Amino acid sequence: MEKILSVHQLTKKYGKLNAVNQLTFDIEKGHVYGLLGPNGSGKSTTLGMLLNVVNPTSGNFKWFENQSDITDALKQIGAIIESPNFYPAMSALDNLKLVAKIKELASPDYEAKLRLVDLWDRKDEAFKNFSLGMKQRLAIASALLNNPQILILDEPTNGLDPKGIRQIRDIILKIAQSGTTILLASHLLDEVEKICTHVIVLQQGKMIYNGKVEEMKASFGFLELAANNQEELIEMLKELPQVEEVNQTEYKYVKAILNADLPPEKINKICFEKGIVLTHLMWKKETLEDNFLALTKSNIHA
Amino acid sequence: MRRLLSIELFKLRFSKSAKVLSIIYFLLFFSTAIFSMIRFKFGDFEFQLAEQGIFNFPYIWHFNTYMVAIIKLFLAVVIVSMVSSEYTNRTLKQNFIDGLSKKEFVLSKFYTLLTFALVSTILVFLVSLVLGLIYSDYNEPSIIFSDLHFLLAYFIKLTAFFSLCMFLAILIRKSAFALGFLFLLLIVESIAIVSLRNEIPWLSHFFPLESMANLIKEPFTRFNVVKSASTAMGTDFSRDVKTYWYEYLIPIGWTFVFVFGSLKVLKSRDL
Repeated sequence: MEKILSVHQLTKKYGKLNAVNQLTFDIEKGHVYGLLGPNGSGKSTTLGMLLNVVNPTSGNFKWFENQSDITDALKQIGAIIESPNFYPAMSALDNLKLVAKIKELASPDYEAKLRLVDLWDRKDEAFKNFSLGMKQRLAIASALLNNPQILILDEPTNGLDPKGIRQIRDIILKIAQSGTTILLASHLLDEVEKICTHVIVLQQGKMIYNGKVEEMKASFGFLELAANNQEELIEMLKELPQVEEVNQTEYKYVKAILNADLPPEKINKICFEKGIVLTHLMWKKETLEDNFLALTKSNIHA
Repeated sequence: MRRLLSIELFKLRFSKSAKVLSIIYFLLFFSTAIFSMIRFKFGDFEFQLAEQGIFNFPYIWHFNTYMVAIIKLFLAVVIVSMVSSEYTNRTLKQNFIDGLSKKEFVLSKFYTLLTFALVSTILVFLVSLVLGLIYSDYNEPSIIFSDLHFLLAYFIKLTAFFSLCMFLAILIRKSAFALGFLFLLLIVESIAIVSLRNEIPWLSHFFPLESMANLIKEPFTRFNVVKSASTAMGTDFSRDVKTYWYEYLIPIGWTFVFVFGSLKVLKSRDL
């Protein structure tokens, strides 16, 4: 697999605070990565370092194997971080022309990029008159201007209304489907779950998970059960080899976390054979959110 | 170099304040010329500045570069705002992310201020040449083109001053504070010069603003009217108005300090 980025022991300290702590990960071509973490977990600082606006305290990173000069690398990247920043008095098109000058692009296809984000009709309007959603879309068009090898987005749906969020997500999905590598920082699990194939979870500057989104979700899910005789049910579940852990989530239900395949019809049958009549049975897959909370919780105590 | 200059000029093209201030600057520029051509009438007494010999070659080079340099402040505001607006719009950060290096950023600003200084110098040359040709008592080419070092001094003076403005804007980020700091520097320097006058007088030559001022010393004591008046009164007003070679070098040195200082600040700062 072709490596787009490899990060090694990247660290940023602000005084005593470890904003980013010995981060090490790789980004491979063609995947959509989510950089996930609560506010203040070091996502923006990490992106800032990778994009040459924040000086790392220690560690290093390398764009596109064998690329030595960071500004040359940046010209092959499309990135927007935090709010969309453009020259207020310039029109959308002029702002893109300026970006093209900076990136040394010979003849970029302004029309295609602006049409992709649905702004071609408003290309001559000044940036300052745009709504936040339009600004964010223009930022995406600008980031795509150089047909980047990787698109980096930092909280692209922050502050947008539901319609705006939907528009941005559709655009991102469209870009992802075209095979562009994407690195998306977000504190919205739902967003990462919908868009990303891989996820890197940060907490207090430390990486606590790095892998596929699918793998982060529990693979076998869990069962939610209830019976008239709750104690007997718990005893029985504990003896089953497919059950990893049993806990009583709410007073009504028992939660059995699975470590192997155990379809609901089978557990129903087992229970019935043992004389336990279930009043409630539900097989659920854990959401990313459950896992994320579990991960961050266990790391706070660790 | 052309790419960096074109990036900056492209940005400036859309800046309203830059346009307005540049227009004010050039209006003031020409109005100083026009002012000298006006005839004042006090009863029977007619007075025209232009006929008092201020437009005589080669004195005009000295007089005009000195006078016009005063209004450089308008262009200084353009320089400060073109830098600090990059901070307030956060476009500085986006420029870097888009692949402009910090060095290129400083150079694009520096080339632009060099262009301002150069255009202003050429205009001073042209305006003075025209005024001189109209009013000067001496029109021999050898006299016209003597003392042109004042133009060089003018160019160095503007470049150094604009570099200082760029540095302050990059350092302080807010245009109002940067300009405030400039005035503060002027005050501090004046106080320091007065208080050091007796102990270490040579030190003031190295102060940034003072070194720029030393490039073109006041022209008034060379003025014919003043000269004749002073001889009539028996006192000698004439002072040393010559610019020495080291007085060119000091502001050039400061220009380098400001440009590299700007780069240093940008490199060390997290955005």
